[in-house]
Amino acid sequence: MPSFVESWSKNAALEVQEYIRLTLAAVRGAFSRPLYRHDIIEQLDAVGIGSLTVVLLTGIFTGMAITAQSGLTLDQFGARAVVGRLVGASMIKELGPVLTALMLTGRVGSGIAAELGSMMVTDQINALRALGTDPIRKLVVPRMLAGFIMTPVLTVISDFVGISGGWLVARFQLQVNSGLYWSSVRDGLYMQDVYGMGLVKPFVFGFIIVTVACHVGMRTSGGTAGVGRSTTVAVVAGSVLVIAADFFVNQILVALLY
Amino acid sequence: MPADLTLETDARAVLDEPGAPVVVFDHVELAFDDKVVLRDVSFTLLKGHTKIILGASGSGKSTSLKIITGLLKADAGVVWVNGQRVDQLNEQEMMAVRADLGLIFQEGALFDSLTVRENVGYKLYEESDMPLDEIDRRVEEVLGFVGLAEHIDKMPSALSGGQRRRVAIARAMAFKPRILLYDEATTGLDPITALTVDAEIIKLRDFEGVSSIVVTHQLRDAFYVATHMAVRGERGEVQIVRATPEKEREAEFLMLKDGVIVFEGDAEALRRCTDPYIRSFLS
Repeated sequence: MPSFVESWSKNAALEVQEYIRLTLAAVRGAFSRPLYRHDIIEQLDAVGIGSLTVVLLTGIFTGMAITAQSGLTLDQFGARAVVGRLVGASMIKELGPVLTALMLTGRVGSGIAAELGSMMVTDQINALRALGTDPIRKLVVPRMLAGFIMTPVLTVISDFVGISGGWLVARFQLQVNSGLYWSSVRDGLYMQDVYGMGLVKPFVFGFIIVTVACHVGMRTSGGTAGVGRSTTVAVVAGSVLVIAADFFVNQILVALLY
Repeated sequence: MPADLTLETDARAVLDEPGAPVVVFDHVELAFDDKVVLRDVSFTLLKGHTKIILGASGSGKSTSLKIITGLLKADAGVVWVNGQRVDQLNEQEMMAVRADLGLIFQEGALFDSLTVRENVGYKLYEESDMPLDEIDRRVEEVLGFVGLAEHIDKMPSALSGGQRRRVAIARAMAFKPRILLYDEATTGLDPITALTVDAEIIKLRDFEGVSSIVVTHQLRDAFYVATHMAVRGERGEVQIVRATPEKEREAEFLMLKDGVIVFEGDAEALRRCTDPYIRSFLS
């Protein structure tokens, strides 16, 4: 009888191995034929346009909240005028990418895990294979490309509405001059912040969210209860991995760019 | 002509002959951890014939079909499908074998986000270069064959259980495979609806020359498929009639018990069998 630690370790190693296999197959599939173009466009729409509302709302309220909070703190040092510096840096370097990724994990990751999980338990994935379609090319590659492409786009939108939301609070609540706010936002950022922290991170997060969700969905078993479990696992594992990846990508980018 | 090509051409010629072995299971074994699913299973499906696999739940019937289509790999033994050793092929190589194999899943496994038309024409729309109007014609033709032409634009959720199974049959036959595998195609259906599904299996075998493996534990359906044949009446209408003795011998039964073959023979031999397990299954 294997011990708990032994069986847990084996299962964990198996999950990692299967995740890597799926990811490699999906990456290979993205650079070779056949490519299911209409599925890619459908997924770009589902991930990008479908997530716009939640990303806009998250971005604007986050920007407004940190401006209001920072205003109070900066007042203690008489530095209210530089609130834009703090809001811009926070949104672009950290909050924009991470919060957008977390929102996408909840919305897109759960949806993918539930959809693929349902297809798995109703034999639709096997039916695809029996009909001569590679499920990785048909289902995983379009979702992976959509996540990889649309997460940075949504992050940029989130950054912009977040900083704009910050401007609303800075202008009408903190009574900071608009010109001062915007020049402060610009002064607080280096180019590395924008293309490094602001754009590299979302690519990594988008890839993680979607590949984890696809992996979990494709390994679903146990009927409808299994689909529910997969959805939960996709959101929990995706969120934790996004936050962990944020730390490691930060460390790498700081070492490389600054 | 190179030797390999000559051999392949010869093999193709053999497979085109009536009664050629299109599916061969040779001492196949499979186990999941400690549970043995198939133990030394061997059988052959001949071209244009029907193999009916009977057995209780968990006896390894559906697993056999999954091994034939390459959805599962056997632990040991050799599996031939249309002259290809599928136990040695990878997923990409299996795609070519699957072009001539149709599998009807237990619950139909229709794509629930696609319409009946898109389900039936899936392989042709997605995996072929056939012009769209030709695909549409083929989809309408096969849906007419299974008597569901008027449901072409419905979603699978709007169909009854029997209709879903018939759409699954239409989907499997749309690309004209020469081998069809039915996994419990009538399980859970009322007797009258089950008979319509049986009639489709018979029509495909007798009019389209399809070789079939029918996995079921519904004895009534198994004997109906084995002992009936489809003919055209004077006005061209389809009739399902009692099979001639020669035709009846083209349907072979195979019974599995805990992954082991306990009977192989025709309907008459099965009826006369005195094995206590088989008697209890038949009673």
